[in-house]
Amino acid sequence: MPTVDLRAEPLRALNRALHALRPDTNETRWTVVNPDGRHAIAAGLDAPIHVEIEGNAGYYCAGMNKRASVVIGGNAGVGVAENMMSGFVHVRGDASQAAGATAQGGLLLIDGNAGARCGISMKGVDILVKGSIGHMSAFMAQAGTLTVLGDAGEALGDSLYEARLYVRGAVTSLGADCVEKPMADAHREQLFAKLKAAGLAGEVDPGEFRRYGSARSLYHFHVDNAGAY
Amino acid sequence: MCGIVGLFLKTPDLEPQLGALLSTMLETMTDRGPDSAGFAVYGDTAAGVKLTLRGADARALATVVTRLEAATGPAVAASARDTHTVLTVDAAAADAVRAWLADNAPEIDVVSVGRRMEIYKEVGLPAAVADRFDLAGMAGSHGIGHTRMATESAVTTNGAHPFSTGLDECLVHNGSLSNHNDLRRRLRREGMRFATSNDTEVAAGYLSWRMRAGASLEEALQASLTDLDGFFTFVVGTRTGFAVLRDPIACKPAVMAETDAYVAFGSEYRALVGLPGIARARVFEPEPAKVYAWERH
Repeated sequence: MPTVDLRAEPLRALNRALHALRPDTNETRWTVVNPDGRHAIAAGLDAPIHVEIEGNAGYYCAGMNKRASVVIGGNAGVGVAENMMSGFVHVRGDASQAAGATAQGGLLLIDGNAGARCGISMKGVDILVKGSIGHMSAFMAQAGTLTVLGDAGEALGDSLYEARLYVRGAVTSLGADCVEKPMADAHREQLFAKLKAAGLAGEVDPGEFRRYGSARSLYHFHVDNAGAY
Repeated sequence: MCGIVGLFLKTPDLEPQLGALLSTMLETMTDRGPDSAGFAVYGDTAAGVKLTLRGADARALATVVTRLEAATGPAVAASARDTHTVLTVDAAAADAVRAWLADNAPEIDVVSVGRRMEIYKEVGLPAAVADRFDLAGMAGSHGIGHTRMATESAVTTNGAHPFSTGLDECLVHNGSLSNHNDLRRRLRREGMRFATSNDTEVAAGYLSWRMRAGASLEEALQASLTDLDGFFTFVVGTRTGFAVLRDPIACKPAVMAETDAYVAFGSEYRALVGLPGIARARVFEPEPAKVYAWERH
């Protein structure tokens, strides 16, 4: 169970060691202390390991994650879990902008708030934010779910494709082509499954959420919609 | 890219360490801006008005100060730090000193004027700039700093922040403004003076103009959301105040930390790592288009 102190060892050495792990490694639990907001901590992992970061992380923490579980004990900077493929990234504090951007799979759980453009261009990831999210979240989102227990900022789901957005609180405004849609049993079941995966089964009532999705009117270019693109 | 930092102390306890803390914050932001650096420190209230002057080099500046004192009378105090000299003059003499400098030594920049504020800025790596002026040895209640990565204009001291356009008022900016030329023309008609063609100086001038008309720092920043167009994260200092504002899109990064002892701002969390008690601070990202302001009297 290695512990890496980033004040004593270079970040590059940590990431190199993590990248070198084989899928059957026995070193499955790593602790990173004194992250001090460094960028790209535990980015590019591809092994079923658990990495605990004790403190605040900088930009692109756990970016491109595959199979690993990464827990950030504090806040995360811009682009946490960007382009995640699978696995689990948990931010115990707040996340900055573009959390989970373009991510294709896995679960991104944020205990606090997320900044602007949370889930921008998400392509299959499940993002769950216990606090609120900033403006232009799920911009051009293509697949996956974004579940928000708090509020959403302006232009939620602008130019949305197929992702499902579940928001419990207030939505300041909806972006182009994003509309509220009815919650059917299938959606409540899906939402419950996502809440359960985040450890919130029974704590939060899926009935309190509203669902938002694409009106699909901007899928194909039509000159009458030119102003909306 | 650029890096900006700010530290506002809520109580006097940390005041002797202000410069040391600020200089660490500034140096950490070197890779966001290695071209030039600058900082403002709010120290003791002067017996008169402090003019921070900048010359091409220390010797040229000293010569001008000698000529100035011969012409307008001796300064209350003078303290030279490399290419900058802080002259403290009687409040009544400040205008005459500035007029003499403009007429007789146009090569000397008046970087700042204030009762408490001093501004230092130069080209070069932030660590070198902080060293040249001994930032680490300065005390004060609050300070702001900037590390510049020049993207749209030359690497010159005139392009370095902070910019000051009013007594004890200064601003550092990360971003770019798109309507600064038009706004500069309008502010000039209102009697504001600008020394450069820099967009940030216009933002500083705009806030000074609003505050001169009676607005509080908070109100001036609120109004800037309507009148300034472009990308910005601002950190602003006044004699007793400190404020932060991001544009409505929040294009430029920002993170803040607050404890019982201080409020700190950094472009990145890394800048805040060396602050005392940071592990227990409330760390948060300032929201877009929301004015954060603190005052201490």
